[in-house]
Amino acid sequence: MDFTFTEDQLLFQDSVRDFLVNEVTPQRIRALWDTDSGRDDALWQQLAALGLTGLTVSEEFGGLGMNELDFVLLAQEAGYVALPEPLVQTAMVAVPLLSSIGGDLAAEWLPKVAAGEARVVVGLAQNRLVEDAHVAGLILLQRGGDLIAVTPDQVSLRHNDSVDPSRRLFMVDASKATAVAEGDRAALLVGAALNRGALACAAQALGLAQRMIDMSVQYTSERQQFGKPVGSFQAVKHHMANVAVRLEYAKAPTHRAAYAIANRQAIASQAVSHAKLVACEAANLAAKNSHQVHGAMGYTWEVDLHLFMKKAWALANSWGDAGFHKSRIGERIFADGADLGAGATFS
Amino acid sequence: MELTYTDSQQAFRKEVRSWLAQHVPAQPLQTFDTEEGFLQHRAWEATLHAGRWGMVTWPEVLGGRGCDLIEWLIFEEEYYRAGAPLRVNQNGIFLLGPTLMEYGTEEQKARILPKMATGEEVWAQGWSEPNAGSDMAAIRATARLEGDTYVINGQKIWSTRAVWADWCFGMFRTDPASERHRGLTFILVPLRSPGITVRPIPQLDGLPGFAEIFFDDVEVAVDNRLGDEGAGWGVAMATAGFERGLMLRSPARFQETARRLVELYRANHEAADRNPAVKDAVLRAYLDAESYCLTTYQTACRLNKGGKIGAESSTNKIFWSELDQDMHATAMSILGARAELLPHAPDAGDVGTWLDGWLFSLSGPIYAGTNEVQRNIIAERMLGMPR
Ligand SMILES: Cc1cc2nc3c(=O)[nH]c(=O)nc-3n(C[C@H](O)[C@H](O)[C@H](O)COP(=O)(O)OP(=O)(O)OC[C@H]3O[C@@H](n4cnc5c(N)ncnc54)[C@H](O)[C@@H]3O)c2cc1C
Repeated sequence: MDFTFTEDQLLFQDSVRDFLVNEVTPQRIRALWDTDSGRDDALWQQLAALGLTGLTVSEEFGGLGMNELDFVLLAQEAGYVALPEPLVQTAMVAVPLLSSIGGDLAAEWLPKVAAGEARVVVGLAQNRLVEDAHVAGLILLQRGGDLIAVTPDQVSLRHNDSVDPSRRLFMVDASKATAVAEGDRAALLVGAALNRGALACAAQALGLAQRMIDMSVQYTSERQQFGKPVGSFQAVKHHMANVAVRLEYAKAPTHRAAYAIANRQAIASQAVSHAKLVACEAANLAAKNSHQVHGAMGYTWEVDLHLFMKKAWALANSWGDAGFHKSRIGERIFADGADLGAGATFS
Repeated sequence: MELTYTDSQQAFRKEVRSWLAQHVPAQPLQTFDTEEGFLQHRAWEATLHAGRWGMVTWPEVLGGRGCDLIEWLIFEEEYYRAGAPLRVNQNGIFLLGPTLMEYGTEEQKARILPKMATGEEVWAQGWSEPNAGSDMAAIRATARLEGDTYVINGQKIWSTRAVWADWCFGMFRTDPASERHRGLTFILVPLRSPGITVRPIPQLDGLPGFAEIFFDDVEVAVDNRLGDEGAGWGVAMATAGFERGLMLRSPARFQETARRLVELYRANHEAADRNPAVKDAVLRAYLDAESYCLTTYQTACRLNKGGKIGAESSTNKIFWSELDQDMHATAMSILGARAELLPHAPDAGDVGTWLDGWLFSLSGPIYAGTNEVQRNIIAERMLGMPR
C-alpha cells in the first residue's frame, strides 16, 4: 500500500505549474476570446515541446509513454490556470482512445499529436456538443453503437456559444464516415473514454477550486471595510474554510480514480464517478463562496474570478453530469451483496 | 503508487480477523456510561491486551506490535467490522499515550503506560472549565508547587468518563501572575486523591457520560508533571493534535455506519423513497465515508514515508463530525415515526442503535475543538487569511 506520488511525478508537477502560471495568464486567456479560433497555436507548440501533448503517447510513436496517473497532477495544474487548449482531453482521452483503436489510424495520428502537429478530440453521446472540434485534425465520435473517426473535410460544424468564452463547442454533423469500432468493442472503448474524460474533469476541478480559494484569500486580505481586511471577518473565513474542507477530501478520490484507470482495475468506473462528483462539487462550492466573498467585484466581467468559475460550472456537467455518475454509484451500492463498509475500499 | 495490500498486510488482516472472531463478546456490552458497563469495557481492554491487540502501534515492550499506520488502519477496519466494543480508555491510549511517549520521562513511561495498556488505569481529560471552553487559555484552576508536591485548586468540567476513571490529565495554572497560554502546566492527577469531588453530569441520553471535577487542596507528587513547568500549552497542543489527527476517529467507524445506513435504507426503501432526498443522502454518506478513508490512507502513507501532518489536518475534524451527524440524521428520517423510540420500546422494531448514535453525533462538532474554531484555524493557518 503506497498512496503517494513519486518524487519525479511531483517534480514534473512543479515544473508544469511554473510554466503554466507564467504563460497562461488571465490576460492571455482574455486576448484569445476575441480571436476566431480562441486557440493559441504558439502555446500548443510550447506544450508539445515540454512533452505534454505526447505524454501518454507510446515511445514508439514519439511520446513519453506515461499513463493517467502520471498525468493527473498535471491536469490539476491545467485546471489551476483554466488552460483553454485541449491538452488534458488530448492526453487523457484522445490519445488512450487512439492507442486502443490502434492500427493505421493510431500510427498516423499519434506521432502528430506528440509532435504538436495536430489536435485530436473526442465526442461521446454524453456530450452532444464536441469541444474544440474546429481545431482538430481528427475527431473521434460516438455514433449510435459505433465509434467513427472523421477529418475536418468530412464534417460540418455548428458553433454554440458557451457562458465560458474560452470554451468552443460544436455540433458535429458527419456526412460520410467509416466506423473504427463497432458493437461490443465500440462500447468498451466508449466506456473507457468516458471514464477518462470524467477523470480529466475531476482533476481540473481540483485545480480550479484551489485557484478560486487563492484568489479569494488574496482579495479578502486586501479589500478593507470597517477599517480592516474583509478576510478577517469570520463569516468570510468560514466560507473559504468550507471550500478547503471539501477540496481536501476530493483529492484522494481523484488520485485513486487515476490509479484505477491506469491499472485497469474493475473498480475504475465507480472510482471515477466518485471522483467526478466530489471534485466538481468542491469546485462549484469554491465558485459560489468565492463569488460571495468578492462582493460586487466578483459580479464583473473585469475581475478574473469568472474565468475559473464558469469553467468549473461547465466541467460539472460534462463527461457525465451528476445524475449519470450518481446513478452509476447507486447501481453498485444498492445492489444485493454489495461489498461495502470497513475494509472494502481497496478490496 | 500501489493501492493494494502486501502479503504481510493481508496476513495481518487475517490474524486480526480470526482473533476478533474468537474474542469479541457475542452480546454487546452495556454502555460504558454505566458503572457495570464501565467494568465490562475495562475487562475487554484486558482481553485485548492479553492478545497483544490493545494498541498495535505501540512498541512490543509495552504489549504492542510496533505496527505502522497502514496496519493500524487495517486493525481498525477489522475491529469495527467485527462490531467490537468501543474503547473505554481512548483518552489514554489514543491521546495521552502518544503524548507521554514524546514528552514523558523514562520513569513516567514505565510507571504509566503498562497500566494504561491493560485498562487497569482508565484516563479522563481535564481541559475545560466553566469559563474556559473554546478559549482554553482562560484556564484558572491552579497548581502551587510546595516542595515535591503540587497543591491543586479549582474546577474542571465536561470530563468524559471521569465518573469511573482512575486518573485525569489536564492543564493547571502554576504561575499565578501569568496570563493566557503562559504559566500553564500539564499535570496528571489520580482521581481518588483526597480533596477531589467528582460530580456526574447526565448527558442527552440521561447517563452520566461526563463529570465536573472539583479540586480542593489536592496534593499531587511533582513527578506527575508532564513536560516542564509553564510549558503545558505546547504539550496540550500535541495532545489535541493527536486527537484531531488520525487516531481518535479512524475511517472504519464511519464506513461501517455508512454500510449500516445503506442496509437500513434498503430494508425500508419503499417508505423512504417517498422523500426523494433520502436516497441521495444515503449515497452521499457512502461517498463521504469513502473519501474519508481514501484521504486517511493517503495521509498515512505520506507519514509512513517521513512526511508531516500539516495545517490541512484541521479539515479532518470537521469532515468526520459533520459526516457522522448527516448519516445519523438520514437514518432518523428513514426510521420516520419510530425514530424517537428507545430500542427496548415494545414496538420499536428495527430502530437498533441509531437514536443513540444520533444523540452522540450531535456532540462531534463540539468536542475536540468546536467546528467553528476549526474553521478559524483552517482559514488562518491553512489558507493564511488575516486575523
Ligand atoms: C460529549 C462531550 C465530551 C466532552 N469531553 C470533554 C473532556 O473529556 N474533557 C474536556 O476538557 N472537555 C470536554 N468537552 C468539552 C469541550 O471541549 C467543549 O465543549 C468545547 O471546547 C467548547 O467549549 P464550550 O462548551 O464551553 O462552548 P463555548 O466555547 O462556550 O462555545 C459556544 C459556541 O460559541 C462558539 N464559539 C466560541 N468561540 C468562538 C470563536 N472564537 N469563533 C467562533 N465561534 C466561537 C462555539 O463554536 C460554540 O458554537 C466535552 C464536550 C462534549 C460535548
